[in-house]
Amino acid sequence: MTKKIDEALKIGAEQIELLEKLCNATAVSGDEHEVRQIVLEAVKPIADEVKVDALGNVLVTKLGTGENRVRVMLAAHMDEIGFMIVKKHDDNLFAFECIGGIDERQLPGKAVLVGRDHLPGVIGAKPIHMTTAKERQNKISVSEMRMDLGPEIGDKVKPGDRATFATRFEELGPSIRAKALDNRFGVAILIELLRHAPENIDLLAAFTVQEEVGLRGARVAAYAFDPDMAIAVDSTPAYDLPTWDAEDENVQYNTRLDAGPAIYVMDRATIADRRIVNLLVKAGEEEQIPFQFRQPGGGGTDAGVIHKTRSGIPSTSVSVPSRYAHTAISIARKDDWEHTLQLLHAALRRVTPDLIAGERRD
Amino acid sequence: MKSLIQQLVETPGPSGFEYEIRDVIREGIGADADDVRVDALGNLIARKGEKTEQGLRVMVSAHIDEIGLMATHIDDNGFIRFTNIGGINPLTCYGGRVRFMDGTRGVIGMDGLERGKMPKLSDLFIDVGATSKAGCPVKVGDVCGFERPFIDLGKRMVAKSMDDRISAAIAIEVLKQLKSTPHEVHFVFSTQEEVGIRGATTAAFGVDPDVGFAIDVTRTGDTPRPGTKMAVALGDGPAIKVRDSSFIADPRLVDWMVKAAKEANIPYQLEVLEAGGTDGRAIQMTRAGVPAGCVSIACRYIHSPSEMVDTDDVENAVKLLVKLLGEPILLG
Repeated sequence: MTKKIDEALKIGAEQIELLEKLCNATAVSGDEHEVRQIVLEAVKPIADEVKVDALGNVLVTKLGTGENRVRVMLAAHMDEIGFMIVKKHDDNLFAFECIGGIDERQLPGKAVLVGRDHLPGVIGAKPIHMTTAKERQNKISVSEMRMDLGPEIGDKVKPGDRATFATRFEELGPSIRAKALDNRFGVAILIELLRHAPENIDLLAAFTVQEEVGLRGARVAAYAFDPDMAIAVDSTPAYDLPTWDAEDENVQYNTRLDAGPAIYVMDRATIADRRIVNLLVKAGEEEQIPFQFRQPGGGGTDAGVIHKTRSGIPSTSVSVPSRYAHTAISIARKDDWEHTLQLLHAALRRVTPDLIAGERRD
Repeated sequence: MKSLIQQLVETPGPSGFEYEIRDVIREGIGADADDVRVDALGNLIARKGEKTEQGLRVMVSAHIDEIGLMATHIDDNGFIRFTNIGGINPLTCYGGRVRFMDGTRGVIGMDGLERGKMPKLSDLFIDVGATSKAGCPVKVGDVCGFERPFIDLGKRMVAKSMDDRISAAIAIEVLKQLKSTPHEVHFVFSTQEEVGIRGATTAAFGVDPDVGFAIDVTRTGDTPRPGTKMAVALGDGPAIKVRDSSFIADPRLVDWMVKAAKEANIPYQLEVLEAGGTDGRAIQMTRAGVPAGCVSIACRYIHSPSEMVDTDDVENAVKLLVKLLGEPILLG
């Protein structure tokens, strides 16, 4: 059997350029302006309807042409984890707090960009010269850290400003190294799916806000769209690293790089509707697109609130795996990204009213 | 009623995988409902009665899911690592027996069992007798429930998933005994309660009730050293919930239920549950808000494979609910 992939559904220079723009933009939860502008520019020429709702979600409708079209919602969050300036101290040192899930241990010594003007700063910490052996055993809490912006630049910073890691996007052979791949991958994939929207469905694309602080945008987006079914498109950690003891098998990897899109069966927020899981599996098998199951367990995506909307919406999630999620820098593979795009497209093409007409069942 | 209870508690149905138990419920209801439908999350909703001038649209919710396990990894030797579906205590897992939805049976093992040390879920594994990864019939994402037969101790009954199949049995019995009602009663057999009251959330939106009740089990304070003080005891009657940690019952409904129990000489007790939630929360918080209450069944050893309830409590809960739903609901 030959691979039946539509040539249009490839990751080329144009797609990489868009992802680079998306990753380098700042869109910490609650201030997604920069990414929203990129999304609006990309989708306006191709959509039947584009709305920005009260919370800042971009709701895009692309109608199909067939009879009895299923209304399929895809959700990808635009926001990223980051920081908020809390207070200015002397010498343009700024106290800050974390927005979204961040491991404080990873912060000291990281370069950051503050505010909409991307003002450069650094998260400072006491250098090794000045610390005792005992101090070095302790975690430094975020309340003890400061962002150092220095004279002139620091004068332009005020409480409430967002900040992100300063990491810039880079292509490294088959890999990508960037911040905020969670979830600019999802955003880029939704844009691409809108460009090549299957005719058999009405595609309802929600570019959501405030996912990282509790799935807030998707809740109102799903209420507004009131779809027949939904898939959240996100990025999930790959912890596919060797164990310390070579005898020991790594049994908690969540996902693996190079193994394709990660299909969700269950996370802390959603027990997937198996009819959609099975559809994704069928699409992958029939078109020979690699896929993996994300290990059931923790975490959550926009599907967590979407499936509980109104009288209930059959839902699951698909993610692009990436290593070191929610840190300053992540590594992912272009192939996993491309396969995620292709798998979703193949699944959407196979959506029929029969899929969700009956009862939820394995 | 005991044979229905046995059938309900012995049918597997971890949260999200309620299709088998839903079929048993549907069969149990038979032709006694005016209308039966299933919503997108798998809630089975059986309507009885038409709304009269004195009547309301009433939602009565009993959840049909139970706690369970899901496979996360099959190792090179065919052992299965797993995660929890709902509140699983690792203490009650070791040596337990499980049944996957396709019928595959297994036991829960653990290495390095130490006295006085609480195991973590990640220390445990399921052994289905496979000798290799390739020979293991279970795949990542497959689901199992605990397997334990029902035992009838006369006045007391013991089983896995008394939480909350005992309430499903009560709801079916009430539906059957309710011969006349001024209300349009929607009996919701809800899904995914154990993972966060999810089924009742969408069911409540769909039913859009004027008033609602959950039926669920509650903890007791009647064991040798209960730790937390709690007034509820097995055999003291159905418990009328005042509050739990998910919602505060509408005080008008509490008063009305107490009055009805007294009038009909049905024993009852008042319940204040400090940790735990029920479908009542989802009913109360739906749309613009709904007065909600809960009838609870005292249950020992909740979320263990041996949950115990009292037969008289169950029968009295049926009597109380039949009386409540047969009369106008007066919210003072």
